[in-house]
Amino acid sequence: MKRTIPAVIAGVTGTVMIIAFFIPPAQKWQQTAEIWFTILTAIAFLIGGTNLCLHHLKKVAHQQTGWGFSAVTLAAFFITIFFGLTKWGVPAAEKFPDYPWSGSYMDEGGGMWWLYEYVMSPVVATMFSLLAFYVASAAFRAFRAKNVEAMLLLVTAFIVLLGRTYAGTVLTSWVPESMSALTFPGLTGVIMAVFTTAGQRAIMIGIALGIAAISLRIILGLDRSYLGSDKN
Amino acid sequence: MRNPNSETRNPQEARNPKGDMCSLCAGSNFRFWISFGFLALMFVVPRNMLAADIAPPTGLVVKDRPNDAANGLIVTWSLSPDDDPTAQPKRVTQYEISRQADGGEWSAIAKVPAGNTLIEDTNCEPGKKYRYRVVALGPDAAASAPVETAEAFQPVMQWVDTRRLWFGAIVAFICGAVIVCTELAKHGAATYVRPIAALTALDEAVGRATEMGRPMLFVPGIVDLDQIETIAGLTVLSRVAKTAAEYDAVLEVPTSRTLVMTAAQECVEAACLEAGRPESFNPDRIYYVTDEQFGYVAYVCGWTTREKPAACFYLGKFFAESLLLSEVGNSVGAIQIAGTAEASQLPFFVAACDYTLLGEELFAASAYLSREPQQLGTLKGQDAGKVLAAVLLLGGCLLATWAAFQPQSVGAEAYHYFREVVLNKGGA
Repeated sequence: MKRTIPAVIAGVTGTVMIIAFFIPPAQKWQQTAEIWFTILTAIAFLIGGTNLCLHHLKKVAHQQTGWGFSAVTLAAFFITIFFGLTKWGVPAAEKFPDYPWSGSYMDEGGGMWWLYEYVMSPVVATMFSLLAFYVASAAFRAFRAKNVEAMLLLVTAFIVLLGRTYAGTVLTSWVPESMSALTFPGLTGVIMAVFTTAGQRAIMIGIALGIAAISLRIILGLDRSYLGSDKN
Repeated sequence: MRNPNSETRNPQEARNPKGDMCSLCAGSNFRFWISFGFLALMFVVPRNMLAADIAPPTGLVVKDRPNDAANGLIVTWSLSPDDDPTAQPKRVTQYEISRQADGGEWSAIAKVPAGNTLIEDTNCEPGKKYRYRVVALGPDAAASAPVETAEAFQPVMQWVDTRRLWFGAIVAFICGAVIVCTELAKHGAATYVRPIAALTALDEAVGRATEMGRPMLFVPGIVDLDQIETIAGLTVLSRVAKTAAEYDAVLEVPTSRTLVMTAAQECVEAACLEAGRPESFNPDRIYYVTDEQFGYVAYVCGWTTREKPAACFYLGKFFAESLLLSEVGNSVGAIQIAGTAEASQLPFFVAACDYTLLGEELFAASAYLSREPQQLGTLKGQDAGKVLAAVLLLGGCLLATWAAFQPQSVGAEAYHYFREVVLNKGGA
């Protein structure tokens, strides 16, 4: 039963989604299914919050490795909840100037806004900017000419890299206009438009077919491994 | 004879030094009547009469919006003669479209910039009748006289979206092939599936972690359970968890969605039961971190750096975090297996991981790992889809070539039909 009911729900919902794509009157059912998913997600937020607190409280209580990070996480969690629920510092809405809580919790000047603007955004930007360094280290490893394939990759990457920069344009500026396809920007255009696009499309077609197959396995109940076990 | 320099000259004389003013305009009565007339215009005459110099739009037509569930009408009109894009300043800046449902109140539903002659009203309710009104608006609240539809229109329900018929036929073919192959597999037809290195390496990775006495990390993507990649990732998690339970290895599953956490807990618990090691299941190892993309990345990267897992699995839907996660895993010397259907992230995984499941391989993983004939049959059906795709590609290329050489031929028409009807409208 524990697996059967979710499998039936998944099968019915999946079928409704397919039918609604082709039969307009069924779109109401699709919307209902989407609303139910939203409701479930909202309930899941409570489960997530509880899980987060319990997980990190245990770590702090037992002083496990890295418990200091858990303490910071918990502090950040409760501070954010406090500012979000109390609307601390939120200016009153223009329509209701006499009611200090009438503004939106994310209005400029409020505590939540301040946290987002001066804590969250810089931290996220920092994490994202690390990507530049990791791209460099991954590229260095990927472009080592270990074999023929790696050599081809290296040469192709070199052409595309130069073709996308001003240096590539300058280096091949002497090439006559009639042979512009042989310049670095020209070659880059051909590589991107023909070889890369062809490869990506092949992958996309495979993905689309793979999605169709796995969706059918789920709708027909052939694959239930994602649902856990019937046993307790 | 008047003295023009006289300081006692009255204002009327100053305005009309010749002294030939008419009796109606004489004295303060003139200003009174002007003011009165202006106020009368302000309060008595409707606003749109004031701006009668803007010509209204013409030719208002309402028709049913095709291929919908009786919730849409298309309203078209001809531009106001004053709607001239080259005029400076513009006399018409936008059109306001109002709607009246079942003879009720008029309400504005849209404003579109000048030059537009169509809106699709997709908020109609089935069974109700609607009238429409269009007004051309100009600068300074100027408005034309409204133009209205004489009769009310009721949206019509269509039972099939005809734009998607071809796509439906393709889907039916692929699904039919999958079902037929599944039935054949059920009845004993052999199915060959080529070895997938990344899936073969799963056991190797778990074994390595066990030997080294270090934990394993499993990341089931960063999106929710409504994405098929997450489901595909969870099916692989089942297998990894089962092997980990058999080897008594530690598996850590931080998630960025609560529903994924719940599903992952169920999967791992079931896998431990199946392995005959229910005591191996530790729900504290499968937990929720945060929905925030880079917050999640920060946690996982931090955990990886501190705990130095021996094996890392990234299977699901990933975006910019793919390279961050896999590079950190690489830096601690973990064996890494990744898989995603995000074509833009595949190069990063290929560069940073030991094994990568490319697109469809991720979706084939559950069938490949289970070795159940029925599931393997679906992979065979998938191949029929590939044959169809190849035929369509080849046919499309031939038609396009024909059309390029003979633009007026039957081939050109066929190519046009193929491109516009069979392909372009399919996903609309």
